[in-house]
Amino acid sequence: MELPVLLILLPPLIGAVLNGVVGLFAPGYRRNEWLIGGLATAAVALPFAVAVSLFLGFHGEGTGHGAEVVRYFTWLAAGDLSVDFAYRIDQLSLVMALIVTGVGALIHLYSIGYMHGDPGFWRFFAYLNLFIFAMLNLVLAENLVVLFLGWEGVGLCSYLLIGFWYTNLKNSAAANKAFIVNRIGDFAFLLALFIVFAVVTDGREGAFGFDFTTLLASETLALFGAGTTLLVVLLFFVGATGKSAQIPLFVWLPDAMAGPTPVSALIHAATMVTSGLYLLARLSPMVLRAPTAMAVIAVVGALTAVVAATIAITQNDIKKVLAYSTVSQLGFMFMAAGVGAFFVSIFHVMTHAFFKGCLFLGSGSVIHAMHHVEHDLEHRGLIPGHHGSGAHSPHESEATQHPLRHDPLPYDGPFDAQDMRTMGGLRKSMPITAITFLVAALAIAGLPPLAGFFSKDEILFKVFEFGYNDQAWAFLVWGVGIFTALLTAIYMGRCYLLTFEGRPRWPGALDVKPHESPWTMTVPLVVLAFLSAVGGFLGLPAVLGESWIHHWLVEEGAGPVAEPAHELHVSHGMEWGLLGGGAAVAVLGLFLAWVRWGRRGLEADASLRRRLGFLYTLWSNKYFVDEIYDETVVSPVVEGSRRGLAPFDQKGVDGAVNGVARLVRGVAGRLRGLQTGVVQTYALYLVLGVVLVITLMLFV
Amino acid sequence: MDLTLNWYLSLSAVLFTIGVLGVLLRRNAIVIFLSIELMLNAVNLTLVAFSQAFGDVTGQILVFFVMSVAAAEAAVGLAIIIAIFRNKVTVNVDEINLFRG
Repeated sequence: MELPVLLILLPPLIGAVLNGVVGLFAPGYRRNEWLIGGLATAAVALPFAVAVSLFLGFHGEGTGHGAEVVRYFTWLAAGDLSVDFAYRIDQLSLVMALIVTGVGALIHLYSIGYMHGDPGFWRFFAYLNLFIFAMLNLVLAENLVVLFLGWEGVGLCSYLLIGFWYTNLKNSAAANKAFIVNRIGDFAFLLALFIVFAVVTDGREGAFGFDFTTLLASETLALFGAGTTLLVVLLFFVGATGKSAQIPLFVWLPDAMAGPTPVSALIHAATMVTSGLYLLARLSPMVLRAPTAMAVIAVVGALTAVVAATIAITQNDIKKVLAYSTVSQLGFMFMAAGVGAFFVSIFHVMTHAFFKGCLFLGSGSVIHAMHHVEHDLEHRGLIPGHHGSGAHSPHESEATQHPLRHDPLPYDGPFDAQDMRTMGGLRKSMPITAITFLVAALAIAGLPPLAGFFSKDEILFKVFEFGYNDQAWAFLVWGVGIFTALLTAIYMGRCYLLTFEGRPRWPGALDVKPHESPWTMTVPLVVLAFLSAVGGFLGLPAVLGESWIHHWLVEEGAGPVAEPAHELHVSHGMEWGLLGGGAAVAVLGLFLAWVRWGRRGLEADASLRRRLGFLYTLWSNKYFVDEIYDETVVSPVVEGSRRGLAPFDQKGVDGAVNGVARLVRGVAGRLRGLQTGVVQTYALYLVLGVVLVITLMLFV
Repeated sequence: MDLTLNWYLSLSAVLFTIGVLGVLLRRNAIVIFLSIELMLNAVNLTLVAFSQAFGDVTGQILVFFVMSVAAAEAAVGLAIIIAIFRNKVTVNVDEINLFRG
């Protein structure tokens, strides 16, 4: 098993180092886009192939196939701490590795087309490969420290990739925000690690390395009292809220859309943001011992889901809609984790990777096309040019000639390739993008028999079942979930309709048409759309058949993902009812979206604004969360640093260091006086020394 | 009054001390050299006194060595003083302090 794991872990690292170092020192290399992109994609495709073969091997052995642990070498050894670089291949890590490498390889291929012509092409692929390496470390880790290494690594790569076009200050600020907010979660994670270490080394003999085999064994878990377990699980959950963008640490995700779209697809939809869910699933035996924490997790998840969904309805930037949609769907996954259905949350991770990945890549295809439209419009003088390629044509339009005529765009500022208000009717010019986007949108809305229906319905069913088992608060969570599902269908329908249907809304639409993207971009779209359609059949609900994913991950207690034991089971009739209800909600939401935005286009937005009034303002300004955080947390910290810490650094620390230098110089200055340059002085010293020596010899 | 060995050694010690004080306290370079010669001669006196007291001629042989070295050193030292004088027109050692720290 050592070789296969190396073949999974090392190629992305080698790809990153190769592209990074050669690209850095040999500028001529940077132009070989196909070489760079091909190398990077192969560096992810190879691990995928190896993971598939491992998966088939695991699958073929039947039930009871235990985890395989591969230990390479000892990393840290000090007293009771002994951490190895060890990796674990079991059902959970294989599923995650397949998602990461599979979707990752598709996105690498997509990026070859998307990033074409960018001067930082080589740097992008180096960072992307590095990200895959870090993420694989995270999901394959056998102990919490290697997991944390991956955890930090993906945070770093997220920072590097969000701020990829760093010359624009806005992007760098977004990258900083992501990293700093993540760090808060990481702090909680570390606190949890420390507490775990203290408790475990107190209670048992021998060195401890945070490895899962030891940590999740029932004897070890029994060492933690109820209060300690609650604290540890809550701290891990706070870490998860940072990484997986839940309340209160979700504010970085919408800003992260400043990065290139493949980054948004890979990191902020399919992989990094699911790390929190993976952590909870991996630690499921421990989480199940803290019922209060689970309630907190479920409630926070539900709250986040509905808040993000309400914001998504009001957004005009297509990527922001998808970003808030991601936050909302992650909320769903945490709802599932909170009621102990960890395998369902992983199931939703998988289906979400498919349809959200497809949606983001589709939006990237649209943005790519709209950028071409923008250049075309500038070239013809229909919009003011700001790339230096102003209107060249002899028949300059009135838009640029009459400064008093108001801007033909429906929003302030320059043309925004991502704003849906200047899109519309793209289905005719970009059919592949449109169809795949539609399939993925229907999937996320929860229309049967697409993937989203099965995973989302399973989540809601498990929540309902939990409520059935004397946990009445779960019914409230279920209600919030149903409402959010309705909102999901509505905003996704709106997103599709405003982008692809209706009439084109950009100026000069009769003359300037977008075109479909190259095959490197459309092939991944098709693959992901296909997976969004059929991926759901891996987890059929009990009334319809056997849930493969349940069997794979839980294996009736022998698998890596734990499950609570329920006494009361929902009757089949009620389960059918819930299934039907979920489907009905999806259909209703899509129907509402069609009636409003399909028929009336942008005007439906205006009427919604009128109907909801203050609510619309609240939602479209994202509940003013950023402003609140700025007032309560950011400004005090910055002001406090400026008033308190900066003077301490300038006067205290610098003063001490400079003071030492000044002291040395003073003493040296005094001592310099001994060197008069006059030979007689030196002769005097000589004589004094002789006298001293003789005295000592005679009298001591 | 019998002139025993101690008398010669005392004389030698006094002469040597006068020489040392001269080296340390006088400012004229020539006078310093004079004092150095005085020190060397005091040592010569000591050597001869011991040689006569113990009947060993080794002391007197050593005096020859000392004298020849003194002569050579005087020659070289005076040459250095002349070279310095050519540059700074002074034999006052207080003024030759280019090596001051």
